Amino acid sequence: MNIIANSEIETLEGEQGNFRVSVAHKPRFIDPLTCTGCGNCASHCPVAAVDTYNKGLQYRKATYIDYPQAIPLSFAIDQEACIGCGLCEKMCLAGAVKYEDQPSTTEIRVGSVILCPGSEEYNPGDLDHLSYGIHSNVVTSAEFERILSASGPYFGNLTRPYDRQEPKKIAWLQCVGSRDINRSKNSYCSSVCCMYAIKEAMIAKEHAHSDMDCAIFNMDIRTFGKDFEKYYNRAKDQEGVRFIKSRVHSVVPIQDSGDLALQYFDESGELREEIFDLVVLSVGLQIQPSTIDLAHKLGLELNASNFARTGTFSPVETSRPGIFVSGVFQGPKDIPESVTEASAAACAAGAPLSGARHTETRSVDLPEEQDISNEDLRIGVFVCNCGINIAGGVDTKAVTAYASELPGVAFAGINLFTCSEDSQNNMKAIIKEKRLNRVVVASCSPKTHEPIFMDTLEACGLNKYLFEMANIRNQNSWVHGGAFDAATQKAKELVRMAVSRSATLSPLHEKQIPVNKRSVVVGGGLAGMTAALGLAEQGFECVLLEKEAALGGLARRLHAAIDGTDVQAGLKDLILRVENHPKIQVLTQSLVVNFSGFKGNFTTEVLVGPGMYERKIEHGAIILATGAQEYRPEEYLYGRDERVCTQLELTDRLEQSGARDLKNVVMIQCVGSRNEDNPNCSRICCQSAVKNALHIKEQNPEATVSILYRDIRMYGLLEDYYTLARQKGVLFFRYTPEDPPRVEATAEALKVSFDDPVLGRRLQADSDLLVLSAGMRAQDTEELASVLKAPRNEEGYFLEAHVKLRPVEMSTEGMYVCGTAHSPKLIGEAVAQAKAAASRAISLLSQPYLTLSAVTASVDSDKCAACLICVRSCPHGIPRINDQGVSEIDEAMCHGCGICASECPAKAIKLNWYEDEQLMCKIDALLEEAV
Amino acid sequence: MAEFEPKIVAFLCNWCAYAGADLAGVSRLQYPPNLRPVRVMCSGRVDPVFVLEALENGADGVFVSG
Repeated sequence: MNIIANSEIETLEGEQGNFRVSVAHKPRFIDPLTCTGCGNCASHCPVAAVDTYNKGLQYRKATYIDYPQAIPLSFAIDQEACIGCGLCEKMCLAGAVKYEDQPSTTEIRVGSVILCPGSEEYNPGDLDHLSYGIHSNVVTSAEFERILSASGPYFGNLTRPYDRQEPKKIAWLQCVGSRDINRSKNSYCSSVCCMYAIKEAMIAKEHAHSDMDCAIFNMDIRTFGKDFEKYYNRAKDQEGVRFIKSRVHSVVPIQDSGDLALQYFDESGELREEIFDLVVLSVGLQIQPSTIDLAHKLGLELNASNFARTGTFSPVETSRPGIFVSGVFQGPKDIPESVTEASAAACAAGAPLSGARHTETRSVDLPEEQDISNEDLRIGVFVCNCGINIAGGVDTKAVTAYASELPGVAFAGINLFTCSEDSQNNMKAIIKEKRLNRVVVASCSPKTHEPIFMDTLEACGLNKYLFEMANIRNQNSWVHGGAFDAATQKAKELVRMAVSRSATLSPLHEKQIPVNKRSVVVGGGLAGMTAALGLAEQGFECVLLEKEAALGGLARRLHAAIDGTDVQAGLKDLILRVENHPKIQVLTQSLVVNFSGFKGNFTTEVLVGPGMYERKIEHGAIILATGAQEYRPEEYLYGRDERVCTQLELTDRLEQSGARDLKNVVMIQCVGSRNEDNPNCSRICCQSAVKNALHIKEQNPEATVSILYRDIRMYGLLEDYYTLARQKGVLFFRYTPEDPPRVEATAEALKVSFDDPVLGRRLQADSDLLVLSAGMRAQDTEELASVLKAPRNEEGYFLEAHVKLRPVEMSTEGMYVCGTAHSPKLIGEAVAQAKAAASRAISLLSQPYLTLSAVTASVDSDKCAACLICVRSCPHGIPRINDQGVSEIDEAMCHGCGICASECPAKAIKLNWYEDEQLMCKIDALLEEAV
Repeated sequence: MAEFEPKIVAFLCNWCAYAGADLAGVSRLQYPPNLRPVRVMCSGRVDPVFVLEALENGADGVFVSG
């Protein structure tokens, strides 16, 4: 992967499969290839500049790094702030500062382009009634994130900017720059603000030293994501976060106190005033002007709110073939959805290029590994100055001299920057010249640099596991400023420990296993078919299992999407492509009965067809797309009165007999969702209701449609349809779960009565059709989960490996999840997630073989007493008792934590590279002079 | 007599505590130089024998973090 930072697309010519991109590189004045990220330049820079990363809440230097985790981890000079004094150039020992750096342009040729330019936060500076920019205790949510952050301006201490005191009472104002066509012109919902406001309130409470009052002023709380509603409930019911239904009309600073008076109308219409210590504006997301320019330059269509125009069945395809989109530029979304969509875009972008796979791959030729088994110990110790990062806090010369005296050490030397290319070459020469057979580097952290040095060993024909690091920078010189002697002593001891461990190391070999290129997709609905096609279009064989006799799943019951897309036409097209693809084999009426193996090498047994004949499928990856179903309500006379139906049934009715005969339709939201039985929000029902309401109004404008809701969750661009529905005269009434609507059946009508909080009165609607927005329920996951040993959440949806960062991967490697088997979602979202699952599977399947880590546990069967302790203690359930009656740990599945090695009472298990002796020797070496 | 300086053996999990100790460095958070970290792949890899070994050999404290 080639990361080109600080650059922009200048022009893009050509077409899908063959683009020429002209890339303009901005000067950064510090060469990222030479810069080691030591920070010496910044610590000497005399110029203060506004720290944009910390939202202007503090200053940084003109020579700076955006944030500690930046990639590349290289400094840059802020040209607007720099005074050109030349100090940083003098102080840079690596010689990376280049004042003469100029803008440049390069051309690259690519087959597909993916745009993920992100968004900016809405700037509330124009909203003078909120006092932002007038009083420092009115901050945006992004600024508040920095205030809460340990790496932020106040080191994570909850502090308000005005007087640096800890606030005791904080207000969040939702929808600032979202759902607002009056001041901000952003008509859409930004989708993420409700959730982040709740999160900020919860963290603020956690950081506070005394009781903290948090109030979130909102129109609707939109916690529609997977398991988000439970978090909202916890904030409300357990942590006492207050949720107030109101849009605050003014924030007025109270003179000399730093406090702010909020004036707002409560739901009964009464004007109230409340005083807060700090006000956080939950600002929305919007597309930057530079992205809009880029889109125009590339000839992409945008929608009215400047997001890239995409389709229901093609959520990551822009209007120009070969250019794909992911993240907020596609529409407002949160982290898991952005990550999912990024994988989806990779899948879509990869399909037309699959013929060129591996043509750009470069490989390294390694010399044959030398046999050191009969050699005496010859340890080499390389101590790093890291410019002055280590040398400034530790006497590295003394450490080197000390190291050279340690037993087994054949060489000890010092480098300015051990990781620089010239030092690496020098190191290779020394390893060969001194015939070193163990290497210790005393420098920074193995977390970042171990792989680099291991490669160096391999390039010399030395097994890479004959290596050990002593972390004398991150965990020594950087954290003990002013204790030079003590830090030097600590560095010596860390080196002594490392040398002692290196002496115990022996070569380890990473096993390579083959990868079966075939996949199994369970579930032939929209998501499953999309995933199968995603795989097949990149040349990977796929077996698609469907329990029913026909493909299509729940989508067969849908007619139109809210934007008017014909779902049946899209579905028909998809089924046709799946059934005719030579790489896809469809097995209908099939049931998974057995599953075994590990990533790249699974075996699934299936019973197929009415005859239930058995099939055994060998495959490398598996995608779960078993879908969900509409909840069958027990509430509100459903099933007992034929005038009561669900949204899906209404869709059918509207398609078959229209709405001409309807006079009064009442819809009730959150039936079977957001209750004790199913605490989650089903995400799609608000849009189903609005979609159907609009449909009725279109066919019969005279009909009265009333929607009884708790919070209208028309997130993202759906908000525009909510606005449209109100314009068309659809009536919305809010109810609370404590006081749900009541339905009474009479011969003439269904009488629905409810309290309207705005009017403060009890209302009654006589309806000829009562439509229940029945939530979604997971289906068929229980049995499958037990066969696959796949975890599910309490509501039966499959549980991904990481809810934010690995949203389509299951904890079992090689197993993926997509569609409504993961959680309720709309068609476009299911399609994106299906492509994402295919993409993640392809990243596994496209490897010619898998290289397993050598850091795995292994059992000495002679010592094993089959006591089952390893079987019970392994967090991943890997050890098993084999045919010989002893424990066996599959190295392909072992995660290398070593818990079994610690627990085994017979000491029959060892964790390679972290064997007992290899850890114990460090303790002994450290303490050899202590007693 | 020199002031007592405890020597503390710290077993740090590679995935959390060790990464945290690295980040403390990146953030330049300062703390006394008495800790001697030993990286392990999981705090569960710390055999009670390691703790006893450290104490027996004269460590003044053992810190297991993960």
